[in-house]
Amino acid sequence: MSVYDDYEMTVGIECHVQLATKTKLFSPADNDARDAEPNSKTHPIDFGLPGMLPVLNKEAVRLAVRAGKALNAPIARVSRFDRKHYFYPDLPKGYQTSQMYQPIILAGYVDAPLDDGSTKRVRIEHAHMEEDAGKLTHHDGYSLVDLNRAGTPLIEIVSEPDIHSAAEAKAYVSELHKLMTYAGVTHGDLYHGNMRFDVNISVAKKGAAELGKRAEVKNLNSFRSVEKAAEYEFKRQVDLLERGEQVVQETRGWNDAKQITTSQRSKEDAQDYRYMPDADIPPIVLSDEEIADMQGNFPIMPGEFRDYFSVFGLDNSVVEYVLRDYRLAYLLLSTWGDGPWPRPQADLIRDGFEIEKYSLEEHKENMKRIFNWFASTPFEELDMEKVGNGFVGPRRLTRLAHLVHENKISSNSAREIFLSLFEESTIGKMPEEIAKERNLLQVSDESAVAAIVDEVMNDPASAASIADIKAGKDKAIGYLVGQVMKKSKGQANPSLAQRLIRERLRG
Amino acid sequence: MMSQIETIVTEVKKAQTTARNQVERALAKAEQITEYHALLSLTAERALQRADDIDLAIARGESVGKLAGVPFVVKDNYLAFGAPTTAASKMLENFDAPLQATVVEKLEAEGAICIGKSNLDAFAHGGSTENSYFGVTHNAIDESRVAGGSSGGSAVVTALDVVPFALGTDTGGSIRQPASFNGVYGIKPTYGTASRYGVVAMASSTDTMGCFAKSAEDVALVMSIMAGRDERDMTTLPDFFDSTVSAQPGRRIGVIKEMLDDGVDRDVVSVTRQYIDRLVAAGHSVTEVSMSIIKYALAMYYVIVPAEISSNLARYDGVRYGHRAENAKTLAELYGRSRSEGFVTENKRRIMVGSYVLSSGFFDAYYLQAQKARTLLIQAYNELFDQYDFLLTPTAPTPAFAIGENANDPVKMYLADAMTVPPSLAGLPAVNVPAGMSSNGLPIGVQIIGPAQSDAVILSLAGQLDQVDGGTR
Repeated sequence: MSVYDDYEMTVGIECHVQLATKTKLFSPADNDARDAEPNSKTHPIDFGLPGMLPVLNKEAVRLAVRAGKALNAPIARVSRFDRKHYFYPDLPKGYQTSQMYQPIILAGYVDAPLDDGSTKRVRIEHAHMEEDAGKLTHHDGYSLVDLNRAGTPLIEIVSEPDIHSAAEAKAYVSELHKLMTYAGVTHGDLYHGNMRFDVNISVAKKGAAELGKRAEVKNLNSFRSVEKAAEYEFKRQVDLLERGEQVVQETRGWNDAKQITTSQRSKEDAQDYRYMPDADIPPIVLSDEEIADMQGNFPIMPGEFRDYFSVFGLDNSVVEYVLRDYRLAYLLLSTWGDGPWPRPQADLIRDGFEIEKYSLEEHKENMKRIFNWFASTPFEELDMEKVGNGFVGPRRLTRLAHLVHENKISSNSAREIFLSLFEESTIGKMPEEIAKERNLLQVSDESAVAAIVDEVMNDPASAASIADIKAGKDKAIGYLVGQVMKKSKGQANPSLAQRLIRERLRG
Repeated sequence: MMSQIETIVTEVKKAQTTARNQVERALAKAEQITEYHALLSLTAERALQRADDIDLAIARGESVGKLAGVPFVVKDNYLAFGAPTTAASKMLENFDAPLQATVVEKLEAEGAICIGKSNLDAFAHGGSTENSYFGVTHNAIDESRVAGGSSGGSAVVTALDVVPFALGTDTGGSIRQPASFNGVYGIKPTYGTASRYGVVAMASSTDTMGCFAKSAEDVALVMSIMAGRDERDMTTLPDFFDSTVSAQPGRRIGVIKEMLDDGVDRDVVSVTRQYIDRLVAAGHSVTEVSMSIIKYALAMYYVIVPAEISSNLARYDGVRYGHRAENAKTLAELYGRSRSEGFVTENKRRIMVGSYVLSSGFFDAYYLQAQKARTLLIQAYNELFDQYDFLLTPTAPTPAFAIGENANDPVKMYLADAMTVPPSLAGLPAVNVPAGMSSNGLPIGVQIIGPAQSDAVILSLAGQLDQVDGGTR
């Protein structure tokens, strides 16, 4: 039993989500600043020129209201903006416009699935709207300011300290990412900082009445770094306590290369933000009807997909794999035919996929094949654009799976064709055609395979193997099947070949 | 009888005079009064070009606007082309605006021509125009006295007939008080009447855009063009300004007695009483009313407004534009010295007071308490407006004071705002009406206050009395 087992971590997470609006929160400047020239996506408002006033972006409000629904949280009928003051060159007005006193999203919760199939509920304290700051780059003797990101709309989602392990922390942020991307609130591009996490963590002896002093690890931008930072901090803080030292309440940064956290500033340097209501922006007042309207046409959330996909009895990891991108989840649900798509019925699916005598049971088996093809491909190698825009498509996937079902291609060939569906060269081609072009069709015509089997059986070179099998060394049949495959140039259906060989041995 | 502005527009349109003539006359007049130091810059080149464009349009028979050929002056905290927008500060000494304030655009669209920019207390902080980084503006009637402020320059150029109207901003009296000191009309409109977009912000919750003119009619005409919803200022109201409305006879007017107590100059009291007599003679009923909470308005104001100032001035950090200290070694030094050098003492005083009242631990006791008191003040006004159509007070407790007289006593200086600050906190429209003279020949004004959006009606009331008496000057 390790000393760490005596302790428990308590974690709360603040997550900044960049909203996928066309323009900024308070200015008409383009909100998509990826790879843009520094300061090219700015308006005098973002620049904090004298006399400039904020104009609240209604689309940002709509997306925040939708985010609230994804977080199972009610929306405030009245919410307001406040100013958070501090001086920094990336903050053009000398204050950040945020919501301190009356946030737009009230208390809610997130149900995050854990690897063991159970669910962790993390309560949301509130979530509020605010604007992002710009970006500084430091050079030898000078620094440069880029305000392209200044004024980008964010929501900050503040969780209750309900998380008690690194795995739960990772599950929570990963589920949060799904909820926000599925709801269409954000592009969710972690590489470009579309979602960033601040992890507050403290440790205490299990069963202790009071929580320990907490440290905040700021600006994490991947699920893995959240997990690793929580693990690292847990050990660091326990080690401190075990040595009889104190945990300092402070802000820490994550060093991804070294996989450690480092001190940035302690609470003594904490700023007084001098919050005050922003008189330039009238309160956001929303009626029940307006909220309902903004939350209309709500997309399918990850939890609902899990329910739909539970009929296949697949491994959790396979289902979670396809949920990593909402486009993939949608493709699979539409291929299966549920939710907003016609429920799976034998005649409907036959019509849709043009497969004769296709049954619901067969479709279900084929779906499992499709799930597994995806799940056995490294996620980074899948082009989600092509998943999302119909390039791959339900019909091609189903017909490919059905070729395997009918023993017309081997499972290895199926993988090859599956990957080829992402290639430009297969546009408009059905799997049968691709298989034919690539000589991957198996010969399942019994008489054709039988002729080859007979040829192999009569070959003197096979005599030894035949004798071995008859003597009970069943494995020797592999040699005979191999010979059939060789003579058929790999096109014979191996299971058919094996059955015919056995028939002949018995006969 | 046509007003001054109407006369110019009519003559310009009929080609009895030209816009160029009007602009040249205004520029020449401006050159004659330089010793008042009312103007910080002239925008002659651009003004003459615009005048020629208007004259050409008229010659071609094209339609021109309601202010065609009328020269005007902007307070130098409106972003406007033709010269830097300085806010009378070192901070913005060389700031060339990339765009113009909404109201300047609206006035120009109607053919008005900006000929120059007037002096003010730096960033509009003050009541005498003594806080300008570029020097003091002198009173139009007595050069040894202050112009009032913060829109002192605009009041003086109006009083001295450089232009028929000039723009000011009024946060706690900055139009009404200098209008009173220089004997002209000036309005602080209902909060949200005219767009604040493109005007250097002082206090977001009480900043208003208004103007000075020689008659109530001209103030109404200019305001009717400045007013209206602006998509770039979320606090603007839909256009309610109807300059054709008139105050009916038999209005009920309440005189706030706390504003006529012992602390008020005797001449101010007697001129106010004479004005009341004229109101009665014109058929209105006048009653003395009490509004006890009004005593606390100045204290509320000097908590709330500095808080907003400290926030609105945070952007002037020397990083992106404006004054930047040289050879700063650290970021903190860059901020500290740029702001220390770029702001005048009064700016710094208000930033410090504002930062203090917003600090954690003090926010509830000061800022929040002041906002609660402000709500009570608004309620008190609402109750009075249930019984009275208008309220009346002097505009300022004294006529214009001597230059330097209050310079070293900020509290005494703030007391000069005691009468103008209450309507500002309540967002109400208030007009300075020139009402008479002090025994030593200084102008004294009264303030007519109305319920929200009654701007045109109070101007009408002021104008009626002016016509009955054939003017007061």
